[in-house]
Amino acid sequence: MGFESLLKRDYPIIFGTLFFFTLLGLVVNLIGDLMFYNFRANRRGYISFWIFLALLLVTLFAEFIANDKPLVMRYDGALYFPVFFAYAETEFGGDFETEAEYRDPFVAELIEEKGWMVWPLIPYSYRTINYDLPVPAPAPPSADNWLGTDDQGRDVLARVIYGFRLSVLFGLILTVFASVIGIAAAAVQGFFGGWIDLIFQRFIEVWSGLPQLFVLIILSSIIEPNFWVLLVILLLFSWMALVGVVRAEFLRVRNFDYIRAARALGVGNIAIIFRHGLPNAMVSAVTFLPFILVGSITSLTSLDFLGFGLPPGEPSLGELLRQGKANLQAPWLGIVSFMVLALMLSLLIFIGEAVRDAFDPRKLVGR
Amino acid sequence: MLEVNDLRKYFPIQKGIFQRTVGYVKAVDGISFDVQRGETLGLVGESGCGKTTAGRCLLRLIPPTSGSFLFGEEEVDLAKLNHREMRPYRRRIQMIFQDPHASLNPRMTVGDIVGEPMRVNQTAKGTALQDRIVELLESVGLRSQDMRRYPHAFSGGQRQRIGIARALALQPELIVADEPVSALDVSVQAQILNLLAELREKFQLSYIFIAHDLSVVEHISDRVAVMYLGKIVEISDAETLYQSPKHPYTEALISAVPLPDPRAQRKREHIRLEGDVPDSSQPPTGCYFHPAVPLRNRYMQTGNP
Repeated sequence: MGFESLLKRDYPIIFGTLFFFTLLGLVVNLIGDLMFYNFRANRRGYISFWIFLALLLVTLFAEFIANDKPLVMRYDGALYFPVFFAYAETEFGGDFETEAEYRDPFVAELIEEKGWMVWPLIPYSYRTINYDLPVPAPAPPSADNWLGTDDQGRDVLARVIYGFRLSVLFGLILTVFASVIGIAAAAVQGFFGGWIDLIFQRFIEVWSGLPQLFVLIILSSIIEPNFWVLLVILLLFSWMALVGVVRAEFLRVRNFDYIRAARALGVGNIAIIFRHGLPNAMVSAVTFLPFILVGSITSLTSLDFLGFGLPPGEPSLGELLRQGKANLQAPWLGIVSFMVLALMLSLLIFIGEAVRDAFDPRKLVGR
Repeated sequence: MLEVNDLRKYFPIQKGIFQRTVGYVKAVDGISFDVQRGETLGLVGESGCGKTTAGRCLLRLIPPTSGSFLFGEEEVDLAKLNHREMRPYRRRIQMIFQDPHASLNPRMTVGDIVGEPMRVNQTAKGTALQDRIVELLESVGLRSQDMRRYPHAFSGGQRQRIGIARALALQPELIVADEPVSALDVSVQAQILNLLAELREKFQLSYIFIAHDLSVVEHISDRVAVMYLGKIVEISDAETLYQSPKHPYTEALISAVPLPDPRAQRKREHIRLEGDVPDSSQPPTGCYFHPAVPLRNRYMQTGNP
């Protein structure tokens, strides 16, 4: 128990938080003072940045906001933290060895007898099925389920919160991997040029000519897709996004005198790429990152919508969108998923525009 | 210390979809010279005559087509070494570049730029590295607090000083200076030339000083080699060359340098060269220079002096 069960929770908070702040630190490091000033000068993007950051922070702690387990509870004089640890029902005088179902009226009654429970704001997790709905699922918004339930009786708000986190984390991880692979490939091509460049470019042309969506659908119908499989499948195509810009940058930089100077000093090729090439190429690459993030999220959502994405039960916005299409009599499904997607993607686009402004060489006079 | 024999660099001219080689640009066409320890050899010639290509070949920044350079007491032939074998010699030959704006990475601080050669070759670490950077900056006339600033904060002359400090970092024996002052204005040129002369005395350096401006070369060189179309047409002591040039091209170059006295300048006889510089992929027969010489004779059109 204990730590192990902590790790078993889907997409642990700790992992997400660490990842996110490392990324943020890296970006802040890359951005100089003047760039930050230009970033802030784009008010819309700057405000979007903070809103998005706030939303992401909140959803990173989704387990504490929407969960079917109490945050803290007291039973028989001892404190329990069901969000972190799994407790067997027998510990509270129940019958089963399995983890306690705190929402079960029988278990709740047992606990309330000898203590109390503090529930999260939304007492449903993304997979909690509300069994006492007054109407058949999908149920409309009510005091219990603020945004209604989906066609399996699960709380829409809880699913949207978890879905937002899943989409953004998926997008971020995909963006990072795609950029690393793309930049590495582009650096090698642009720096060495000649035959390597020629052959690689032809390969990319052929590869990008493949009908992506169909290949993805075929692949995900052969392999049982989960989070990581989908990541790899989408990675197969999304790494090419950055190759063009970064390669061009390297082709430009490799004939500069300071690269020759480094050569004359005995600096190796790899070191030249990292120390002299990459910092210059990163400027144009970073400008594209928010837009690649948008693309990643959109492709995950469209795969989910088509039913070739995340396995059933996962909180995905695409799946909610599909439910909305299948249940036109329950408009809250479609409206909510549309609003969330629209909000998330617009914020990211605005941030992307501000980042682009921040790196605009015409606005960087004096550097 | 360095003996260059018959250095050639041909760039292929490629045409068509199969990149067939249809000819060669003979950028450097068999030049030979030597540099003694502590000596400065000036290499002059007009744009496109192959001065810079020769300099880059010496540092193996581009591979020479043929020729040999015997370097140091051990007379190693640098032209035959591969990249790995070249490593230990890199620290003994350094280069100063023409354009101080392009030769410094704009995203690195001055301290990083000057310290990079020592980090790469692991000659100094930690505080020793910091001390060495300060020492180098001071020896080229910069201040120690300039370490943390970026190249864009400096003027052209100061940037060239940074470039010189970087070239000095590994205590080289020979420095190839590729037009180190031609991008600077005249008053700064003199400062940099004096600095280079001063450093030569201090560190026992040898220079190969590439320039197109004869007056600059005269100031600093012991011997001067004049290049035209990839060949050395004349090589002799700086004084002899200026007093009694042997080759008509040298004469023409010298007469093109303006004199400080306007009266003398007006009185002087100017040598006008005829026509354009020949295409170096199809050089003329005989002496390459004969189409342009006013007093050409039959011998020059056929022989190769």
